[in-house]
Amino acid sequence: MEYEKLKKTGLFIFFAIIATIILIPFYAIMIASFKPGQELIRKGLNLHLDFSMMSFDNYIYLFTGNHSYFTWFGNSILLTVVQVVLTLFISAAVAYGFAAYEFRAKNFLFICVLMIMMVPFEILLLPLYTLTFELGLMNTYSAIVLPGIANASTIFFFRQYLRGIPKEIIDAGRIDGATEYGIFLRLIIPVMKPSFAAMAILLGMNSWNNLLWPFMVLSDGSKYTLTIGLKTLLTPYGNNYDLLIAGSFFSIIPILALFFAFQKYFIDGMTAGAVKG
Amino acid sequence: MKKILHSQKVAPYVFILPFVLVFLIFWLYPLLSSAGMSFQKVTLGQDAAWIGMNNYEKLLGDKIFGKAVMNSIVYMLLTLIVLIPGPMILAVLINSKYMTFKGFFKSSFFFPALTSVVVAGTIFRLMFGEMESSLINTILSWFDIEPMKFLKGQTTGFIALLTLAAWRWTGVNMLYFLAGLNNISDDYYEAASIDGASKFQKFMLITVPLLKPTSIYVITISIYAGLAMFVESLMLWNGNNSPKNIGLTIVGYLYRQGIEKNDLGYAAAVGIVLLAVTMIINLSQLTLSGMFKKGD
Repeated sequence: MEYEKLKKTGLFIFFAIIATIILIPFYAIMIASFKPGQELIRKGLNLHLDFSMMSFDNYIYLFTGNHSYFTWFGNSILLTVVQVVLTLFISAAVAYGFAAYEFRAKNFLFICVLMIMMVPFEILLLPLYTLTFELGLMNTYSAIVLPGIANASTIFFFRQYLRGIPKEIIDAGRIDGATEYGIFLRLIIPVMKPSFAAMAILLGMNSWNNLLWPFMVLSDGSKYTLTIGLKTLLTPYGNNYDLLIAGSFFSIIPILALFFAFQKYFIDGMTAGAVKG
Repeated sequence: MKKILHSQKVAPYVFILPFVLVFLIFWLYPLLSSAGMSFQKVTLGQDAAWIGMNNYEKLLGDKIFGKAVMNSIVYMLLTLIVLIPGPMILAVLINSKYMTFKGFFKSSFFFPALTSVVVAGTIFRLMFGEMESSLINTILSWFDIEPMKFLKGQTTGFIALLTLAAWRWTGVNMLYFLAGLNNISDDYYEAASIDGASKFQKFMLITVPLLKPTSIYVITISIYAGLAMFVESLMLWNGNNSPKNIGLTIVGYLYRQGIEKNDLGYAAAVGIVLLAVTMIINLSQLTLSGMFKKGD
């Protein structure tokens, strides 16, 4: 049918235009990463392809130059992995406690979980900062990992997920003589895998992209994460902008690779919070 | 001892314990100390002094704080306008049976959410650069519009901020609405077709009302994120000092007073005001949309 074909084409063109607009900034920074940083400072970011000034110099500098980029990169990977693994495990245990048992103060404690979700984290920045100072945790990764280790929204999401798991699994485990903790470790964690994947992506992205709190806590350059490191390059001295732009573009690549490999989990993870039905 | 630890009565508390500790140490204590600090004069490493309502009185007459509150609220309202109807319509369109390359478009709309604010903010700062040759000014020149100094004016600065927000979150919000759409039964649309309803009528009378739970969720997180916005402004202006404070937000002011000026008591009062504003707006939004009605 002609009419149907027209509709298909119209929709395609409409979405293609929006997709192009959305992808332009990526294209712009890709082009810029091949131009000298000075050019960027002078001319701003644009789509101008001028092969006479484009080269791999920035990337050569990125991979062989004398700078801390890959230290920051490594720190970010380390911090993200540690934060995700610990937060997932501990939040899952807490969620299991809420989902599988009846105990005193259960409802009150669950309201506390909801309260944390409702208060903007930012208002705690300063008291947490003074607390970190008093605990002697300044300039440590513990100060970044610990406050979020029993993450309220993760607990909430896992509890919702666990409610769908039949109680028979737990009873069967008890009959087989497993301890309460053994049931969680050996029977429950395996069934939680799909929800782990979604939350790992969400927590991983938050951790990888996190700036403000790590920026306040970390003062030692060798401990900087990639986001803090890139931010320090925002002063137009020396080769800073060469490294900033090539480094920024390069930092997107691993996330894109992960995204293509685990697309479904990314989308599940990002939309996990939405109310169903 | 081992027996007690393994009993079904004690086990739940062992599971919950990490949460209780984190809640007390890293949430309740900081929150209460923040409330306390807001009535004190505090400098890091020195003894605090109680000064009653002084910080709050000072806030009332603080014009820069007023500017920050205004900026945060306006930004939040504008993100609601930009980031709710558009993504909802995009979700309906992409869900249409005439849609081709669905997967590709979903992923490409989602891409920007994967970039950090540091990278995205840097890209946008340079795209909205004041030179004639920056991307946005180049586009304007095609329409014979003079180059602008985007990040030096109030309105144009906000356009840059909102473009950044729209770029990063349109795709994510579209996915939220898409998830909501999948929960609406086709029966409604079929029944409406039999009654001779037009596309527009179906959208207004079936889709919009049945997407309400999703909309409430998206509105709630947008209010929260809009009022607490800071890093976007920090990156776009390459620091917390935008000209005439056009990009200053409540959290930016909290950061300025607390970290840059080391006036922790005054900054705590700013935080408490932010808490109050967030609570009031979110609770009234939830009440208006009928979340607390019985049987809803």
